Amino acid sequence: MIAIVDYGMGNLRSVEKGFERFGFDVMVTDNPDDIKSTDKLVLPGVGAFNDAMDGLRQRKLIGPIVDFISSGRPFLGICLGLQLLFSKGYEDGEHAGLNIIPGKVVRFNFSGNGTKEKLKIPHMGWNQIVFRKDANPILKNVPHDAYMYFVHSYYVCPEDKDIIATETEYGAYFTSMIWHKNIFATQFHPEKSQQCGLTMLENFGNL
Amino acid sequence: MLAKRIIPCLDVKDGRVVKGTNFLNLKDAGDPVEIAALYDGLGADELVFLDITASHENRNIILDVVRKTAEEVFMPLTVGGGIRTIDDIRRLLNAGADKVSINTAAVKDAEFVTKSARRFGSQCIVVAIDAKRVKGNNDRTQWEVFIHGGRTPTGLDVIQWAREVESRGAGEILLTSMDCDGTKDGYDVELNRTVSESLNIPIVASGGAGKLEHFYDVFTRGKADAALAASIFHYREITIHEVKEYLKKKGILVRNK
Repeated sequence: MIAIVDYGMGNLRSVEKGFERFGFDVMVTDNPDDIKSTDKLVLPGVGAFNDAMDGLRQRKLIGPIVDFISSGRPFLGICLGLQLLFSKGYEDGEHAGLNIIPGKVVRFNFSGNGTKEKLKIPHMGWNQIVFRKDANPILKNVPHDAYMYFVHSYYVCPEDKDIIATETEYGAYFTSMIWHKNIFATQFHPEKSQQCGLTMLENFGNL
Repeated sequence: MLAKRIIPCLDVKDGRVVKGTNFLNLKDAGDPVEIAALYDGLGADELVFLDITASHENRNIILDVVRKTAEEVFMPLTVGGGIRTIDDIRRLLNAGADKVSINTAAVKDAEFVTKSARRFGSQCIVVAIDAKRVKGNNDRTQWEVFIHGGRTPTGLDVIQWAREVESRGAGEILLTSMDCDGTKDGYDVELNRTVSESLNIPIVASGGAGKLEHFYDVFTRGKADAALAASIFHYREITIHEVKEYLKKKGILVRNK
């Protein structure tokens, strides 16, 4: 069973349908017991960092998610579900995250970087991923220069650079995916990235 | 680097696509889900549904269309038309839309933009602006905001209005030139450039696409981040694939599947 965490942050339907397309058993849930017992866990989400932490807190999901991840079972974070893993987020002030990955989440800032073209925020649309780690099981059969769909104004800065699985260029290179043991998490939306993204969901389901 | 986006727009009325139904090999040419899947296969970067359903009792049909589309097509989907309340937005997002486009309701109550961005995040709040050229002071070109599908002038200046909705949390502007819409003579390059240079959020250019060069113009001189078109794609005058091949040859970064 793949459990998708519902904590009031955005469209979960595409993630669910993406897994169903490959015949995986999937449930959307906000029940802590489901999270404790599932084989695989997906934390999606769009919106503001602190609202998301509040949403998890109110539903008493923080403990179960942290426990799930430390159990070693496969975890997939998407967009905000990547950012929440970090120690601190700087969206509307400083907020504590789940503190599973040491590092911070900061806003794009292009002032004074000398780029000719003005770069818009949010970073919205299709951009390419550059692989920084070999043998990533989630990226099996995904081309090295694949385009993925992004929509975000903040990005993650992990302290341990060895967990960076892919980077993407927007003004400068930023971390677009991390992979640390059983933790896989993407800044882009596999569920919105057509075939390349669906392949990633299939790979995760097959872990 | 970030690719320029090509976005087909479908006008949907009472759950049916109302124009551009002469696609070949479609079982049901008026079925938005089937057309969405077709555009997906042709390399569209996003889809926009514009709901032009008039009667109030049929307004829930679009939710079903969005739900079915989100099951078939794994790409970003924006829905606009008749969105007035936070609850309208919530229902569309729950059905599977990624973004909603607000037009008249934003002008009538700018606070609606602030509230929806705060509630759902800027990334899913698109403000659609219908712009028409007017003579300003010293014959300087200006654009005025129109609402109610372009029928009602508001007296608002497009640049000022665009800046305001950006500061209120809009994540993107869908900018339609009423002067160019339907002409096939090209996008309003000056309008797009002026708004794009005044703002930090992405601009989707709309209205006037007729030839391949028009896409090139609006991305280069017009500084648009995405280009939307309806009829030329519906009537297969130009395919999305042709647009992308053309742009790629001219050195514009577009996504190839």
